[in-house]
Amino acid sequence: MSALSELRVGTVAMVESLDLPDEVGHHLMHMGFAPEARVVVIRRAPAGDPTVYSIDGFEIALRRETACHIRVRTAQEGS
Amino acid sequence: MSDCCSTDTGVAVLEAPSAPRTSGKIRTVALVGPPNSGKSTLFNRLTGLRQKVANYPGVTVEQHFGKMSGIGRSDLVLIDLPGIYSLDSYSEDARVAVDVLHGNMPGTPAPDAVLLVLDSLHMRRQLMLAAPVLALGLPTLVLLNMSDLMESRGGEIDTLALAQELGVPVAKISATRGTGLDAVTQFLNRKSDAPQARPAGRLELPVVGNARSYRQWATGISSRTKYKAPLSSEWTKKLDGILLHRIWGPLFFLFVVIAVFQVVFTIGQPLSNGLGAVLNAVGDKIGLLLGHGWVESLLINGIWRGVASVLVFLPQILLLFLFIGILEDSGYLARAALIADRVMRSIGLNGKAFIPLLSAYACAVPAIMATRTIENKRDRFATILVTPFMTCSARLPVYILIIAAFIPNRPILGDFFGMRAAVMLSLYVLGFLAAFGTAWLLKSSILRTASAPFILELPQYRMPTVRSVGMRVLDRGKVFLKQTGTIILSVMVVLWGLSHFPFDTTLAKSAIGHIGMWIEPVIRPLGFNWKIGIGLLSSIAAREVIVGTLGNLYSADPATRSLSLQAALRHDLTLGGAMALVVFFAFAMQCTSTLAIVKRETNSWKWPALQFAYMTGLAYVAALATNQIVLHLVH
Repeated sequence: MSALSELRVGTVAMVESLDLPDEVGHHLMHMGFAPEARVVVIRRAPAGDPTVYSIDGFEIALRRETACHIRVRTAQEGS
Repeated sequence: MSDCCSTDTGVAVLEAPSAPRTSGKIRTVALVGPPNSGKSTLFNRLTGLRQKVANYPGVTVEQHFGKMSGIGRSDLVLIDLPGIYSLDSYSEDARVAVDVLHGNMPGTPAPDAVLLVLDSLHMRRQLMLAAPVLALGLPTLVLLNMSDLMESRGGEIDTLALAQELGVPVAKISATRGTGLDAVTQFLNRKSDAPQARPAGRLELPVVGNARSYRQWATGISSRTKYKAPLSSEWTKKLDGILLHRIWGPLFFLFVVIAVFQVVFTIGQPLSNGLGAVLNAVGDKIGLLLGHGWVESLLINGIWRGVASVLVFLPQILLLFLFIGILEDSGYLARAALIADRVMRSIGLNGKAFIPLLSAYACAVPAIMATRTIENKRDRFATILVTPFMTCSARLPVYILIIAAFIPNRPILGDFFGMRAAVMLSLYVLGFLAAFGTAWLLKSSILRTASAPFILELPQYRMPTVRSVGMRVLDRGKVFLKQTGTIILSVMVVLWGLSHFPFDTTLAKSAIGHIGMWIEPVIRPLGFNWKIGIGLLSSIAAREVIVGTLGNLYSADPATRSLSLQAALRHDLTLGGAMALVVFFAFAMQCTSTLAIVKRETNSWKWPALQFAYMTGLAYVAALATNQIVLHLVH
């Protein structure tokens, strides 16, 4: 498992768990960052942070400080 | 429906949906849906009203009502709600939607039926909201919006199967084009004739109301209804490749900003001059008909010249709103917020606060309302307090008047960027810096918090429609005309009265002259004379009033009556005083509507009072410094 923030642009991964305060965590889950959701790292903002992720066809930008609390599993890591 | 009902999937069968809250006819219908799914566009279609619509999540921040006369049902009230991801309210705008749905919003009747609007381009996630909304037990019609786009991009969904899964009717619509809306009429006719909660059918909803179970439920439904997601917009990918590029992105942002100012001058100024000439000629003609006397003096020198001097800025203001409308409708605004996040972070806010700040270029009042999308309360208050520093369109007339009168129009970067546009741009930058500095000050003192997470959804790009942008420009034009016709007109009448009392006296000896002389010592160090002082006093009502006031005062004075307002100002103000005046306007809080909205949104007089004192103080000091610096540079 790795943190979402560590993935390179173009990587595809599965969300495993969210290690965030309940309020933020629930909000993110309702926006699509729920376990088993497929997430793609799309691009970084011009300043290098935040990063744009694609989830369920939506593009959502998160800062590194938030994305580092989202645990993901990449395709190579398998299941 | 055989693969359900087991406990491990967290799905239960609801045999009898909870009873509806009202047993009578449908009177109130609520529009519910995730952010940016097109609820307000549909609201405008169904009611014939013109709520603001744009292409970013969080445009609607409070409930709006309208009679459904767009489909011939003016007996029904439609409520447009802010977009929500779930019924757990996370931000202020979401709390409004949830309260209205639960019937907990004072002054808003609990809805008897729900139109659930889902963006059909992204059904998998959008369906998650259907679970808690259907669990409310109200008669519901599910509308799959943007179905024309979904189908043209190769997407598919079996609406009949979806209706069976959800136990409620489902229809494909396009709110932008107005197709499929007869489904709404049918649903409402049937429901109001025979009120019942829901057609007989077994609806399975997740028992555990959390995101995980809703998601499993939604995924199950989208696969059983053979949902095929449309291809994502190639345009959006390609455009973001450039507009969010490390180098081209910020450069494009700068280009957009500079282009706006240049167009306001190169296209707006001649239009404005032409309009001014027409208005003056008409005034002269009417004056000739009236003959000399106090009636002519009041109507022409008092009201007509004063109102006309503000009215001439209509072309520039419409152009500005045209640009803002295009930015909002195209989906670029969210990208600008993303680019700005890094800078916003350094002052303790996040990129989301950037959207209200940008829309404050039009007007601070809707911008302050737009801060409701900011989840953290202290961040929201800090944004509210600094928003009036952003250069709103009411400052534009003052800036244009002074710049056109005092700054020569020399090219700096060829024809594209002139000296006047440069001074204008620096005034905008000044307001921006004041907003940033103040936000940093607030966030490192009374409104300090741990950093709140930044979660921003980027909508797909869309071609702004002539209808949507045109309506916006038209509506803002009407607001401007109304303001000119009411506030400015009445200030002009009062001013004329005061400047002609007692009768047969000179302007300096009139009542207004006395007031002006009395305050002059306070403003003399800024390089202002007493007429500017009266202008400042009158502009507390609204900033652009000063232009009308000066037009009125200079035409009441025999020495400057024959001059244009620009020439009269050149005659009466030094360069230092003129620059101090625009700097004063960049900082000062002269807008009663803004103070009122800040009071409403913060629910206390403390914040608007602090804001007024701070901004006025800063304006005075900055104008004083400007005047002194220019004086020293010139000599």
